[in-house]
Amino acid sequence: MDRPLSHSSFLPPLFSSAPHPLSPPHSVPHPSAAPSVNAAERPARWSPYQDNGGTVVALAGRDYAIVAADTRFSVSFSIPTREFTKITQLTDRVVLASAGMGADRQYLHKMLHTRLAMYRHQHQRDMSLPAAAQMLSNTLYSRRFFPIYAFNVLGGIDSATGEGFVYGYDAIGSHEQLKVVCSGSGQAIVQPVLDQQFSGRQRYSVPDAERAPSLTLEQATALVRDAFASATERDIHTGDALEMWQITAAGVRQTRYELRKD
Amino acid sequence: MSGSNPLHYNGGVVLSMAGDNCVSIASDHRFGMSQLTLACDAQRIEPLHDRLCVGLAGLATDCTTLAERFRYKHNMYRLREKRVMRPRTFAAVASSTLYEKRFAPYFTEVVIAGLELEEDGKRGTSGADAMTDAVYRPYVCSMDLLGALMVTDNFALAGTCAESLYGTCETFWQPGLDPDALFEVTAQSLLAALDRDCMSGWGAVVHVLTPEGITTRELEARMD
Amino acid sequence: MSSSSSSSKGGNGGGFNFDHHLRNQWITACLQGNADASTTDPVPNYARHARKTGTTIAGVQYVGGVVLGADTRATEDTVVADKNCEKIHYLASNMYCCGAGTAADTEATTRLIASQLELHRQAVGRARVPVVAAVNMLKRHLFRYQGYVSAALVLGGVDEWHGPSLYTIYPHGSVDQLPYVSMGSGSLAAMAVFEAGWREQLSEADARQLVYEAITAGIENDLGSGSNVDLCVIKDGGRTVEYLRGYAQEQVRTYRKPDGYAFPKGTTAVLAEDFRKYVQVRKVVSDL
Repeated sequence: MDRPLSHSSFLPPLFSSAPHPLSPPHSVPHPSAAPSVNAAERPARWSPYQDNGGTVVALAGRDYAIVAADTRFSVSFSIPTREFTKITQLTDRVVLASAGMGADRQYLHKMLHTRLAMYRHQHQRDMSLPAAAQMLSNTLYSRRFFPIYAFNVLGGIDSATGEGFVYGYDAIGSHEQLKVVCSGSGQAIVQPVLDQQFSGRQRYSVPDAERAPSLTLEQATALVRDAFASATERDIHTGDALEMWQITAAGVRQTRYELRKD
Repeated sequence: MSGSNPLHYNGGVVLSMAGDNCVSIASDHRFGMSQLTLACDAQRIEPLHDRLCVGLAGLATDCTTLAERFRYKHNMYRLREKRVMRPRTFAAVASSTLYEKRFAPYFTEVVIAGLELEEDGKRGTSGADAMTDAVYRPYVCSMDLLGALMVTDNFALAGTCAESLYGTCETFWQPGLDPDALFEVTAQSLLAALDRDCMSGWGAVVHVLTPEGITTRELEARMD
Repeated sequence: MSSSSSSSKGGNGGGFNFDHHLRNQWITACLQGNADASTTDPVPNYARHARKTGTTIAGVQYVGGVVLGADTRATEDTVVADKNCEKIHYLASNMYCCGAGTAADTEATTRLIASQLELHRQAVGRARVPVVAAVNMLKRHLFRYQGYVSAALVLGGVDEWHGPSLYTIYPHGSVDQLPYVSMGSGSLAAMAVFEAGWREQLSEADARQLVYEAITAGIENDLGSGSNVDLCVIKDGGRTVEYLRGYAQEQVRTYRKPDGYAFPKGTTAVLAEDFRKYVQVRKVVSDL
């Protein structure tokens, strides 16, 4: 992403492919000429990946889990669609959200649903939260050398105790059980906000036990909405609408909130 | 991430926030070379006079040079004009100092925090005409390495974890903060962002400028 | 020494200062793990670390004047640096100029030309300077720097010689004069609105509405543009300017946590605290 400034930001594409202003006009490099070491002049290579932006968050409390994502689907500076869900429900108690590349996300979600159906048919019951978390990891790692470009957060409640847990992943399946996690284009913006409110690590003068009072579902909902509002203010790839899935013993509830559209 | 960006080579962040009749400016203390930490007593904030501080983030050699050039320019102004610079005057000086080197720049981003006197007619304090009942307005601005000035009414920031700071400040800042609340919001916003950045940290300092004086607090922070 | 020696004197002679050129090239090469600076770009683009205005800027000419418009977002890579920046710059009492590109360049260029225009106005002793004078000054400045001063401008103004006129000036110094124009990353969105809605002999109200809609199209559909719409109407032979900063608050934050975030005094642990009280020195005037 750290490409040098090109005038494509304010000129039609015709102009952006113009030769470097200092190179002589109509010069053709000799075939034997050494390849230019200047990254600015190297032609862009084709990539199988595309970043379609978006932010995903998952957090868990004593008796709930929340999985949330914005619905913007962007390609560099444009918005092909404002209504592209990043979230899929895996079981009655497990919900997955993935940021990254749209096509890979759809592929991954479809793959997971297939494997969940096979599990259901074999075992006559839904996958538990830890099992679903492990299966996602295995699916991602099966593509260790041609990774699926999706950054996942998984949230759900334990079928036995009802306690909420979330899992964070990298693109190739390394994962961790957590109480709060976020990923995607607004990660750097949202993560410290959630840290501050959830872990309370920065409040050194407050006794350990009181640093992170557990949030109720309503408080957590307000926090997630606020975090997304902040991410939308500052990250150009996050916005349009927020989809929030609340998972409790009563079931899965889906809510939608509007975000800035610019 | 920091890879080939000279602005991120030595690490460090500066954050400034506006409050009600007060303004804060804060920074971390790390001085490093890429991933290697060399010192944890870096000072990035230069007080120019009682009601004006400038914070510099970026390549350490340029931060030092610029701090000295700014102090020199401010001293010359004070000798010529027999008064100190108003924050926005200094912002214009800093901006043109950076833009002069547009094609061979200092790798430094600048954050300015000051208290600007409300009445336009009256001049800033120079000792002799200090004002007791004067009303001050917070002045907060930042500029990029080429000197593009951005004046805000809430917060300004620069450095390696700018994105994280945007998140915390955008969420925690609110209008009308008194000096104590301003300190807490500045400190918590800074510490939360620093904890997610390996290029900055190792202690932090927050200065709060009020018409009565400057309060400086060293914060307890993660030292890793 | 010639006038180009300003670089060795620390820049008081005007113009850009290139003192750090070799040093910066070396630093950049070293950080890229390539100590041979001779292979690096002869004209490195440090603007990649700078703030930019992704921008939608546009203008329309109508029977009695011109309407300029701009969004208010400035970005640093994919982060919004400024949500309410001012992109319609003052040039003269009868001319304003919208800027897209590197923020520092648009700001500095328009300020430089604004002061040259005022000096020119005083030298010729007229109330107003023709808009073409500003166009010439801007394009010469930009042409001189071969596009490296990355400012893409929409210049609008009214004078007694040519009436209302509207120009675009490209970073390399080329110029267009057209009845409706747009620039910036959102220029295609804005131009789509113009092509659909523009007609000849627009009234002022219609021209305003058209520019507003064009900027809105950029704000909504281009990620480099956002926040509010600023408008500037220049009319009445250049004697009247309506600068409508914040003409429309197009997009605002949708939610704030109702109870906010309380950090009670003492939340942050402090290792050391120091208060420096100001001492006020007053002159004691005595009549004795």
